[in-house]
Amino acid sequence: MRAVLTVVGKDKTGIIAKVSGFLAERKVNILDISQTILSDYFAMIMLVDLSDAKTELAVLADECAEMGKKIGMSIHVQHEAIFNAMHSV
Amino acid sequence: MFNTNEVLETINMVEREHLDIRTVTMGISLLPCIGGTAEKTAENVYDHICKKAENIVKVTGDLSREYGIPIVNKRVSVTPASIICAPFANKSYLIGKALNDAAKAVGVDFLGGYSALVHKGTSDYETEFIKSIPEVLATTERLCSSVNVGSSKSGINMDAVRLMGEIIKQTAQKTATQGGFGCAKLVVFCNAVEDNPFMAGAFHGVGESGTVINVGVSGPGVVQHAIESIPEANLSDLAEMIKRTAFKITRAGQLIATEAAKRLNAEFGIVDLSLAPTPARGDSVAAILEEMGLESVGTHGTTACLAMLNDAVKKGGVMASSRVGGLSGAFIPVSEDIGMIEAAERGKLCIDKLEAMTAVCSVGLDMIAVPGDTSASTISAIIADEAAIGMINNKTTAVRIIPAPDKKVGDEVNFGGLLGRAPVMPVHGEGAEKFIARGGLIPAPIHSNKN
Repeated sequence: MRAVLTVVGKDKTGIIAKVSGFLAERKVNILDISQTILSDYFAMIMLVDLSDAKTELAVLADECAEMGKKIGMSIHVQHEAIFNAMHSV
Repeated sequence: MFNTNEVLETINMVEREHLDIRTVTMGISLLPCIGGTAEKTAENVYDHICKKAENIVKVTGDLSREYGIPIVNKRVSVTPASIICAPFANKSYLIGKALNDAAKAVGVDFLGGYSALVHKGTSDYETEFIKSIPEVLATTERLCSSVNVGSSKSGINMDAVRLMGEIIKQTAQKTATQGGFGCAKLVVFCNAVEDNPFMAGAFHGVGESGTVINVGVSGPGVVQHAIESIPEANLSDLAEMIKRTAFKITRAGQLIATEAAKRLNAEFGIVDLSLAPTPARGDSVAAILEEMGLESVGTHGTTACLAMLNDAVKKGGVMASSRVGGLSGAFIPVSEDIGMIEAAERGKLCIDKLEAMTAVCSVGLDMIAVPGDTSASTISAIIADEAAIGMINNKTTAVRIIPAPDKKVGDEVNFGGLLGRAPVMPVHGEGAEKFIARGGLIPAPIHSNKN
């Protein structure tokens, strides 16, 4: 199953390192990354695969939100279907 | 890979614009529960609901976390209870208690379906059942009740309309210490729909299958934000923008509905795309109308704005879901919408204007507080007016009105939470007692004869 992970917040050093390390520990595979800086704000979107993951999506979403709080970023992990549903006909 | 703007748009809708799945409602048929006695039936009802809806809270919680979209309410609707209470109507309260206990046990905040369908005539057992409503609503917390008194096909049962005026008064009296709260759980319908997921009017129609998931989606804030983004647009462009926004919101609902149905071993019923406001700022239908260009909701132009909004929402929704149903449109509950509350407090929104608005939106006079000394016949007359609008225009209309005990115009009743607070609004002083006392049936309109 694939999910979309978004990280939004003030730009600083090491955000990608922290997030990707966190995912690697849980055997969540990163399929694609895009990242932009919008007026000092960091916005990263990752497509991840949870086929071999150690945690369920709902738990991963909670853990990532928690980790985001620690590093001062807003992190969401959502099933990719929600974006397919809302933005394609 | 996804478009960054689209991903961020979805997240913004949830985080800043109050996009949510307002309710996942499980419709459960109670017909298999009918037993030989009221006591046995009540036991069956409790067991059946507890079994069918056992996982509704867990499943909706999981879905909310996985898809990153809040699911605000989990609810259950059941077969109109008057049907299963028919053989022992004098003990209907036992079924009411069982329903309330089951709602508590499975963890849903409201259960709808303590209802009767009497749009063409009222049997003795239905009269007996309806008379139990005030006491049952006063002694339960989670149970909601509705009575259908008219339809475009059958006309308006004015005997039931008269009775409901009295029932509403009694319900207010019996819950006087809570500002007449019982009336917030009681809806009088014309053309009630059988798959409505929203409370207090939800019930599970007898034409539905055994267990069904109906989902209500909301998002007044999202629509308001979309309109704000094109301040100079003409109304055709505005309608397009509303349609596109409604489409996106409904698609989220459709996804959650199909997934919830699968996980709960139920059939997918419908998605109801209704702009359902909450008392939170930024989650208001009144604010959408004002964003369109009205100085205050309730002024001239309000009906036209609402008509366009309601229609555009429906069109976007229909395209987005395989099955749209329920009420689908814009709700205008006064106490649950901060813009409506403030307009009513300023004296800019009156019941007469709200009545006109109900002719073009998806529901009716909703969550309106009137003075405690309003007579039963005046309340019946208000119901009759609404039912007439529904009957003639082939649409659902409803009345959820609270004659707030000991309150007068200018006072306020506060129910808290999603039900909000209602400024007490004036009603006309001239009575309609003789009209209501006539009883009988207002015949169905000529255009109902389509066969």
